[in-house]
Amino acid sequence: MTPPLTEIWVYLQATPLLFLTLTLLVYQAAYWIYRRAGFHPLLNPVALSIVMLVVLLRLTGTPYETYFGGAQFVHFLLGPATVALAVPLYAQLGKLKRALWPIVAALLAGAVTALVSAVGIAWALGASDLTLLSIAPKSVTTPIAMGIVERLGGLPSLTAVLVVTTGIIGAVGGKYVLDALGIADHGVRGFALGTAAHGIGTARAFQESEEAGAFSGLAMGLCGLVTAVLFPLGVWIVRALG
Amino acid sequence: MLAALTVLLVYQLVGEVVVVALRLPVPGPVIGMALLFVTLIVRGGVQADLKETANGLLRHLSLLFVPAGVGVMAHLGRLSHEWLPITVSLVLSTLVTIAVTAVVMRALLTRRTRGQ
Repeated sequence: MTPPLTEIWVYLQATPLLFLTLTLLVYQAAYWIYRRAGFHPLLNPVALSIVMLVVLLRLTGTPYETYFGGAQFVHFLLGPATVALAVPLYAQLGKLKRALWPIVAALLAGAVTALVSAVGIAWALGASDLTLLSIAPKSVTTPIAMGIVERLGGLPSLTAVLVVTTGIIGAVGGKYVLDALGIADHGVRGFALGTAAHGIGTARAFQESEEAGAFSGLAMGLCGLVTAVLFPLGVWIVRALG
Repeated sequence: MLAALTVLLVYQLVGEVVVVALRLPVPGPVIGMALLFVTLIVRGGVQADLKETANGLLRHLSLLFVPAGVGVMAHLGRLSHEWLPITVSLVLSTLVTIAVTAVVMRALLTRRTRGQ
């Protein structure tokens, strides 16, 4: 006699195989749609994948923790992928050296703008303190942002969601902002995307060109470093002012 | 590929150890990236194997953010309660940051090109 469907389901839910495979399948389906639509920024594959997966998990009544048990193997690769950014970065070494000061100035301007505007706007519209703390490092790559927020008593898992959403917004809207401003230089386009929209912006920048991707990866790393220093300082100032 | 993947993991591991040992407020992989970057400069080149593996990983970088993003389902309560400040803040702040960064960098690059 074959076991009932629910029994197979219960068995599969307990192994990482199911949700790991599901994540890869859904992402590839999302990417297929994205490619079929001529890489239209509005059909961002990360956003599509998240929507599809949340709907699937809701329909099957699967808690996030069960899902993450399988998906964590994909999540883990963020670490080695961050290290791997050194390779495209090295390929741009010549251009990097020539643009050193513009890079430092743009980075500081971007990192401060990201922090101050995110907190300022959310505060003006009445967000709670916990949300303000969790939204501040939204432009920084997930592992850095979660680390900072955890240390300051925010909600790291909420931060992860806000960071990913920010990345999607940057990847979707960045092209229009940069085109409207008439920014043609791929290095500048990539650097702006990486500063504001971390790894998801970088993934998008790599679709424009390898140069844009390398500058975006550089910006993502540097913005993480700068924010890790600036943000705790900002929190201290705000708390001192009451 | 195996050798290259090991190199990436070793640099990440060294990065994590440096962060814990020196109590740096930065995640290990970022230090690992910086160390690998310095190594490549010192060696004066990238091995084909490492280049291939790194580019392979980065080609699917956006996939790696999906598991964290699905975490949105655990925060739907807070998000539905504070959706307005959160949405406006994320959209405006992100687009303004892109504009400010790009404009500052372009202005400085153009000024320097003119100066030369």
